[in-house]
Amino acid sequence: MDFALTEEQSMIVKTTRDFVENELFPHEAEVERTGELRKDLYEELKAKAIAAGLYAANMPAEAGGAGLDTQSWVMYERELGRANYALHWNCVARPSNILMACEGEQRDKYLFPAVRGEKSDCLAMTEPGAGSDVRGMKCSAVRKGDDFVVNGVKHFISHADVADFVILFAASGEEDTPRGKKKLITAFLVDKGHPGFVVRDGYRNVSHRGYNNCILEFTDCRLPKSAVLGEVHKGFEVANSWLGATRLQVAATCIGRAERALDHAKQWAVDRVQFGQQIGKFQGVSFKLADMALEFKAAWLLTLEAAWKYDRGTVEDMDMAMAKLKATEMLAMVADEAIQIHGGMGVMEELPLERIWRDARIERIWEGTSEIQRHIISRAMLRPLGG
Amino acid sequence: MKVLVAVKRVVDYNVKIRVKADGSGVELANVKMSMNPFDEIGVEEAVRLKEAGKATEVVAISVGPAQAQETIRTALAMGADRGILIKSDSYVEPLGIAKILKGVIEAEKPDLVILGKQAIDDDCNQTGQMLSALLGWAQATFASKLEIDGAEATVTREIDGGLQTIKVKMPLIMTTDLRLNQPRYASLPNIMKAKKKPLEEKTPADYGADVTPRLKVVNTAEPPKRQAGVKVKSVPELVSKLKEAGVI
Repeated sequence: MDFALTEEQSMIVKTTRDFVENELFPHEAEVERTGELRKDLYEELKAKAIAAGLYAANMPAEAGGAGLDTQSWVMYERELGRANYALHWNCVARPSNILMACEGEQRDKYLFPAVRGEKSDCLAMTEPGAGSDVRGMKCSAVRKGDDFVVNGVKHFISHADVADFVILFAASGEEDTPRGKKKLITAFLVDKGHPGFVVRDGYRNVSHRGYNNCILEFTDCRLPKSAVLGEVHKGFEVANSWLGATRLQVAATCIGRAERALDHAKQWAVDRVQFGQQIGKFQGVSFKLADMALEFKAAWLLTLEAAWKYDRGTVEDMDMAMAKLKATEMLAMVADEAIQIHGGMGVMEELPLERIWRDARIERIWEGTSEIQRHIISRAMLRPLGG
Repeated sequence: MKVLVAVKRVVDYNVKIRVKADGSGVELANVKMSMNPFDEIGVEEAVRLKEAGKATEVVAISVGPAQAQETIRTALAMGADRGILIKSDSYVEPLGIAKILKGVIEAEKPDLVILGKQAIDDDCNQTGQMLSALLGWAQATFASKLEIDGAEATVTREIDGGLQTIKVKMPLIMTTDLRLNQPRYASLPNIMKAKKKPLEEKTPADYGADVTPRLKVVNTAEPPKRQAGVKVKSVPELVSKLKEAGVI
C-alpha cells in the first residue's frame, strides 16, 4: 500500500491550491459580506477556471474532463473546498456525473456544453414532503401519448439560480413489491424557460453565503420522451450508478475547510501570548489541537480509502457513508474548537472561522444526513447476519 | 526553432526556511519543493513562442536528484514537449550546471535557451552568463520582453536605472526576470497528459561535464533576528531620535 502522492497528484494539488489562493480567496470577503456572487465576477473567474483546466475536471476524459482517478479527484475537491462555496462551486463547477448517462443528442445538448462551461446543471430531487425519504416524492410525471406531463414542487435546489437546465427526478408510476407499493422514478433533463417550469428564490439560510437554494415549480410541464435521462422508471438506477461519489465530494470539501480552520488554530496557538506564554503551551489548547489533527487525519484517510476502492470497483455504500459522516462531523468539531482557541476573535468576520463554522452546519444534513449515513453503515453490518 | 528551458527544483517560496542544526546547510527533509519561479517564467515564455507558431519544440531540462523529474513534469504539464533529467544527487555549482547544459546544447542544437535569472535557493545568478561564455553565444539577461525576428532577437532588459533594449544574434542564451510574463497554471487535463510525454534520464558524465565542486560550504547560519524598534510619541522626539542615530 502506497500513501505517497504521485507526481500527477502533487501537480493537481499545486495547481488547484494556487488557483484557490490567488483567484478565489481575494473575493471571499465580498461574497460573504454581500451574500451575492456578482455576475461579472462569476464570468471572470469561470473563464479563468476553464483556462486552468479546473472547470469540470471531475468529468471523464471522454467527455472532455480531466479524467482524474477518484483519489486525485478528492484531492482536487479538498483544495477547492477551502474556499467560499459560491466561488468554488459556481465558478469552478463540477457538473453532475449523472450527465454521463446522456445518450445521442443529449450528449451534444447537455453533457458536452456542461463540461465546456457553456451550460450549467443542477439536480432536483428534494421536495417539501420528501427529504431523507426521497422515494416519497410527490412531483409526478404522467405519460400523455409520447410525452410526459410534470406537476409538483422541488425545494432546496442548490445553484438552480445559475443553472441553465435541471436534472429532475419525478414519480412516473408505481409497482407492487412484497413490501407494498413502491414509486417508480424517472430522471428528466429540463431547460430553464421551458413552458410550465418556473424557478423561484429559495430560503435564506445559515450556510454558504452567495450559494443559493431555489424552489422549482412544475405546472403541467410537458416534456418529450427525448428529455428522459436513462430509461423510463429507472431514475434511481441512473442516480445510483453515477451519484455515489458525491458523498466523497462532500467529505473532501469539508476536509479542505477543516484544514484551513486547523491552520489558523495552529498559528494562533503560537502567536497568541497570555499569562506570559504562548497559549499553545497550555494543555487546554494543545490537547484540543492534537484531537483536531487526529480527527482530521482519520476523516482524510477514510475518504482516500473509499476513493481507492471506488476505482477498483470494490467500494461499498458503507465506505462512502463513513467518509461523509466522519468528515462532516469532524469539520463541525474542528471549526468549533478553532473558534474556542481563538476566543472572541474567532467569531469576528475578520477571520474565516465564523463562516467555516456556519458553513459546517449544512454538511451534516445534505447528501444524506448523519443519521441516514449511520443507518447505511449499521444496515450493512447487520444485514449479512439476518438483521 | 527549438527552445531549451532549464528548470530547477528548489524549496517552495512559501516555505519558512530552517537551517540545519549543524550549520551544514538548509533543512530539506519533508520540505515542500517547487519549480524555481524564474524558471516557470522561462517555461511560459517558451510555450508562448510555440503557441505563436515561432517555436517548433520546447525541451525542459533539469539537473538534480530523481525527484527533479517532478519539476520537469510540471514543465511538460505547462506545455513543454519533452524532458531531460540529468541526474545528480550532490549539489552542482553554477559552473558545473553550465558545463552540463553546454553538453546538452551541443547534442540538442537549440536556437534559444531560456534560464531563470537566478534560483531562489542559492540566488547565484551565474549559470546563464557562464553558459553564454562557454558557448560563445550571445546573452540577454534579466529579460522582461522578447521579440524574435529571424536570426535576430530584440530583448528588453531590467537594469538598475530602468529598461534597456538590446538587439542580439541568435542562437541566444536568455535569462528571465519577473515581469517577462505571468506563468499559467498547469492545467489538470495537461497534467494527466504530461505523463505520456517523453522524459529521458542522463548523467553529467553522458555529456562529459566536470562537475567537481570548486567551493566548500563552511557554515550556514540564519540572518540575525531583527531587533524591536522604539515607539515615539511626537515629531520632535522622532527628529531627536533620528539625530541620535546620526541619520539626519
